[in-house]
Amino acid sequence: MIRAARGSLLSIEHLQAPEILALLKLARRMNPLKPRPLLRGKRVVLLFYEPSTRTRASFEIAAKSLGAITTLVQSSGSSIEKGESLLDTGYTLRAIGADAIVVRHPLAGAPHLLAAHLDIPVINAGDGMHEHPSQALLDACTILRHKKTLKGLQVAIIGDIYHSRVARSAVHLLSKFGVKIILCGPPELLPDVASTLASGVRLTRHLEEAVRGTDVIMLLRVQKERLAGLKIRIRDYIARYQMTLARLKLAKRDAIVMHPGPIIRGLELTGEVADCPQSKIVDEVRNGVPTRMAILARALGKAR
Amino acid sequence: MAQDKSKSSGSLLIKGGRLIDPAARIDAPMDVLVRGGRVAEIAPPRKIRGGADKKFDARDLIVAPGFIDLHVHLREPGQGHKETIATGTAAAAAGGFTSVCCMPNTSPVVDSPEWVAWLRQPERGALVNLFPIAAATRSSKGVVLSDFGALQRAGAVAITDDGKPILNDDVMRDALRHGAEINLTVVQHAEDTRATEGCSMNDGPTAFRLGLRGMKASAEASIVDRDVQLAQQFPGARLHVAHLSTADALKSVRRGKRSKARVTCEVTPHHFTLTDEAVGEYDSNFKMNPPLRSASDHEAILVALADGTVDAIATDHAPHALHEKQVEFERAPFGITGLETALGLAITRLHRQQKIPLIRIVELFTSGPARVFDLRGRGSLARGNFADVTIFDPRKRWTFEAAKSRSKSKNTPFDGWQLTGKVLATIVSGEVVYRSE
Repeated sequence: MIRAARGSLLSIEHLQAPEILALLKLARRMNPLKPRPLLRGKRVVLLFYEPSTRTRASFEIAAKSLGAITTLVQSSGSSIEKGESLLDTGYTLRAIGADAIVVRHPLAGAPHLLAAHLDIPVINAGDGMHEHPSQALLDACTILRHKKTLKGLQVAIIGDIYHSRVARSAVHLLSKFGVKIILCGPPELLPDVASTLASGVRLTRHLEEAVRGTDVIMLLRVQKERLAGLKIRIRDYIARYQMTLARLKLAKRDAIVMHPGPIIRGLELTGEVADCPQSKIVDEVRNGVPTRMAILARALGKAR
Repeated sequence: MAQDKSKSSGSLLIKGGRLIDPAARIDAPMDVLVRGGRVAEIAPPRKIRGGADKKFDARDLIVAPGFIDLHVHLREPGQGHKETIATGTAAAAAGGFTSVCCMPNTSPVVDSPEWVAWLRQPERGALVNLFPIAAATRSSKGVVLSDFGALQRAGAVAITDDGKPILNDDVMRDALRHGAEINLTVVQHAEDTRATEGCSMNDGPTAFRLGLRGMKASAEASIVDRDVQLAQQFPGARLHVAHLSTADALKSVRRGKRSKARVTCEVTPHHFTLTDEAVGEYDSNFKMNPPLRSASDHEAILVALADGTVDAIATDHAPHALHEKQVEFERAPFGITGLETALGLAITRLHRQQKIPLIRIVELFTSGPARVFDLRGRGSLARGNFADVTIFDPRKRWTFEAAKSRSKSKNTPFDGWQLTGKVLATIVSGEVVYRSE
């Protein structure tokens, strides 16, 4: 195991259930409209090696709502372009006075490398195909606003699971709370090995089977380029896996539909599903800010 | 062709040890007298008459033919910041290896007789015998075959495009055919790179969990299968499968051996010690190619080491500088060092845990590899052979510390490991080149 500084958040896999519950509880108490200067004077660096809208903006607003100073460092327009290594960039940011680093990186494990060599908390804002812990936490937060408890729920995760860090984090989180998880997609996007990720995970190739009687439907973005690379015809994908109102009817009446965004209307879901009352896609984005406030408060030891 | 490092004319008597010489089918207390860089006499204890200039007390120790490593990367020419011939062979000596075969994927690639000769010059400072393996194709691009005859005359003991497998069927067929004409072994790094692009570890649950693209075992097995079939087409063709790591590839090797084709294979200490789960949380010291495999592949390799299918243990010693390895896992270069931990791992894992007899383990380090490349006069301590000797204590417990490694690079997964079995002295042509303190 990597010895990361206290308060780091590298993955959901290695978090204990009580730690997750504590974060969720803290998130419920956070309100960006009522700023609390818990992190006044703290410097949070947002180190983004990949494009991002919602994660970056919500981490920034979360940090600022807590009174922290933020700086954005992106791969373009920084020394990263000149060939500076990830570790050297980390050392530089530490020397400048960063109290925490929120990192988004296209390669799995990049936050772990930083955390193993820095004495400040590192927060994983998405690393390659590995994990996206803050997304899983805000999704749990969203589910809990609509369902009493996670235990006993049935959650269907549909789409490109192989390439998805959102799916991996979600599976780890839900599994720790006894959720029945059904993963659904074609073999190219959902290899059989996915069932080994955590306990309580089942695979199916049939959308109807995944959705029937379920409490939560989590959709994932499907990249057209990826389907082309795998020689899956978009038409076939849509026919078999697109979430439509008709298919949604197979789920429980109070089932909710989630999606980490960005959504592609007409591909993984229809516009009607995206806009229907059961869709909580916009809620998720909204819940991102208090969840990330909680993560930052925990990181910088101001979790009370 | 073989390099003769017999500078010593003095004599050395290694007495009181247990000699294990698998090629001569000896496992008994024997004294060994060497003179003029050669083995002068082997006899039961105290039977050797006449004095010797020097004596080595090998009581309670095992005396074996000098170990031979068929697969090392010494990084010269061109990558001296990772390793040099001097530092790499010093690590070899500390690991009990009296001969190493170095891979041609340097900068530039060793694809000409001039570079082969350059590697063998005394100025390189090799502490043990150095046998270059030359590139099979020009610049190892896999298109135009290099001049096998000229490379062999310059001292190359085999040819390979290690790291860049020969994918094209016709080129591989031609390489095996030309090799057969001059009795030169073709070494293949078996990996269908068309199927492993962007992959940084073995395919399986660990890769899925870490979000890393995985190399399938079939990418190795399919190339080995094709190569064995090609080798069967030419009488005299010699195929050696480098760092074999999968159960399916072993099946092809067994089929080849049964058909009397001259197919050999080697296995690395890390593949017989670790599985892909050891990658843990992106530790690039567990990243090598072929990658650490599944438990079932690991199991199959242990069986093949015991039953004789595997011809040699080879380290695939692949040094990289710290700054090259301390990067994002997928960006880190493949490879780990291995010369100084090979025997300790073999005794700890194969002998003590798997109960493979010591004589078989010594065979995998000596006569086995000597046969693969026909290294005449080595791999056995028969009278008249080179006085290359490895003396080790199979019971000695010790802790490997990477910081104390003689290699220029410290990229090992075994730092801090407690091992049983330690090399105490390494003798090349009668000269002690390493002695444990």
